[in-house]
Amino acid sequence: MTNVGMTVVRISDDALALACGADAVAAAFEAAGCTVERVSSWGMHWLEPLAEIDGQGFGPLEPADAAAVLAGSSDKGIGPIADHPFIASQQRFTFARAGKTRPLSLEDYEAHGGWSGLAKARQIGPEATIAEVMTSGLRGRGGAGFPAAIKWTTVAKAAAAPKYIVCNADEGDSGTFADRMVMEGDPFMLIEGMAIAAHAVGAAKGYVYIRSEYPHAIAKMQAAAQAARPYIAPFEVEVRVGAGAYVCGEETSLLNSLEGKRGEVRAKPPLPALEGLFGKPTVVNNVLTLAAVPWIVANGGAAYADVGFGRSKGTMPIQIAGNVKYGGLYEVGFGITLGELVEVVGGGTASGRRVRAVQVGGPLGAYHPPADFHLPFDYESFAAADGLIGHAGLTVFDDSVDMSAQARFAMQFCAAESCGKCTPCRLGSTRGVEVIDRIRARQGRAADAVEALPQIHNARKGARTLSDEIALLEDLCETMKFGSLCALGGFTPYPVLSALRRFPEDFGAVPDAAEAAE
Amino acid sequence: MTEPAELDRILAAHAGREGALLPILHDVQAVFGHVSEDTERAIAHALNLSRAEVHGVVSFYHDFRTRPEPRPVVKLCRAESCQARGVEALAARLPADGPVKVETVYCLGLCSVGPNVMVGDTLHARLTPEKLGALVGGLV
Repeated sequence: MTNVGMTVVRISDDALALACGADAVAAAFEAAGCTVERVSSWGMHWLEPLAEIDGQGFGPLEPADAAAVLAGSSDKGIGPIADHPFIASQQRFTFARAGKTRPLSLEDYEAHGGWSGLAKARQIGPEATIAEVMTSGLRGRGGAGFPAAIKWTTVAKAAAAPKYIVCNADEGDSGTFADRMVMEGDPFMLIEGMAIAAHAVGAAKGYVYIRSEYPHAIAKMQAAAQAARPYIAPFEVEVRVGAGAYVCGEETSLLNSLEGKRGEVRAKPPLPALEGLFGKPTVVNNVLTLAAVPWIVANGGAAYADVGFGRSKGTMPIQIAGNVKYGGLYEVGFGITLGELVEVVGGGTASGRRVRAVQVGGPLGAYHPPADFHLPFDYESFAAADGLIGHAGLTVFDDSVDMSAQARFAMQFCAAESCGKCTPCRLGSTRGVEVIDRIRARQGRAADAVEALPQIHNARKGARTLSDEIALLEDLCETMKFGSLCALGGFTPYPVLSALRRFPEDFGAVPDAAEAAE
Repeated sequence: MTEPAELDRILAAHAGREGALLPILHDVQAVFGHVSEDTERAIAHALNLSRAEVHGVVSFYHDFRTRPEPRPVVKLCRAESCQARGVEALAARLPADGPVKVETVYCLGLCSVGPNVMVGDTLHARLTPEKLGALVGGLV
């Protein structure tokens, strides 16, 4: 092939591409004399490392493939990337620049519409900015789905000063990676979103709290916060690093951690919007919430609200993960069905076996059998089906999964990550592991020494059967759901009860448990 | 043993910072590999906290160690997505107390290409028993 030196090869440098060997592939193209540009990821993870040359995609590549790609004889070509069904069927607002820009290039960011949201916000003023976000119907993307504009209004109207913008980038849910992709692929967009929020509520300082498991995101956000200073001044953004505590993704726990304390959950009220970081009014929003804001302000809230389903407006960057053939980032308007996402977009399982369960919304989300594949992906439909969409991660399992083991893991995870502040979560999770172990062993048990004491009036004296143990587990889940301070203890019952009720055969399939499922 | 001068440098670098304890602990662990009792005392003194408060924070977070770890550390993701992709079969093959310290993490955010591990800041995806064996063998 002629003019190899003129050939520009675009390869992602996001953490997933690097983990799949993108650096070695990039080095192979450089050694062949090409100019290599490191860009953000398109989100087609099964094709990483993916190389783009003149719009044509090739992947997944090994270093040895570079020669064949350049000679035009590679069999790993996928045609024009933008026309690939996985990309062409998406509605990319937040991920509009994915695959197209160099993450830390201010030049690329501006050339692709960067800073236009902030410019418009400054032009129309704080109140009109909040009004645009209100019109957009944007709801918190961290999982709770609370309207962003209402939170902002509360902070804007609070009298106390200073005010803070806190970006929750503690993306600990398994099956989710959209926050990481924003920070590693388009960090200026997140900073612009924070600057718009700061302008709207009157804050001068912002923190991005990133989990320590994301070293690449930390490095890129630190560099971007520094480079963006002239654009966002007088607002300032500082990156803070978590320390391996899942519960710090809960907003009040995160605030304690930022203050240098144990990441224990705070009781609400007071709301963080009124008494948040250091007791001051604070906007705490998820990465995806803040990252959606520049588009909304630049294009108008109405344009965003035109997309979506029912009360779930706009698009959701859905993350398709686990045992799935075509995993990756799929941003689309709310309302697509779960079955389309798993079977059509995701292509079924990677193992080629039957899909048995899909966990939606991370470790605190419910397990759904294929019978739920008709559900439209939006907040209300999943709530009505005893589930949640959370941060929109889907983890697909094939038919080799043991759902009682997954239920046990949910309790074990809660026990490992509980902050310890409230009893239902701290103790309930450990008791949950024990009772699930007994159910898995298909055993009941006799009253123990303490329960048998005559002065213990409220404990059962007789032996417990397997169905008694299942009833006990359901009772424990009720206690955790309604008695816990935050979503960790409060939502752990979702995976446990959904596994128990939707897959009763994995729990001994005693008849009354099957009836409870109806 | 801590190097007092190095610790003083870290404390001075964070003087006056809002909520400085976690950034200080991260720096301490990066330099010394762990947070010792003596270091906890010095940090408590610098931030006007009790040692109990500092120790409470150190012990709360999974990332901080109170003893040095001489072995290379491999962080293996064993969360749901990696479970769905077979990490438990991989984990069962790793010796619990071998020459490499295998730590469990819950999620490295590479959930579509697991099982995954992180060694230092380097990530490895699509692990097979052979790939993980070679990786662990190369660290010893």
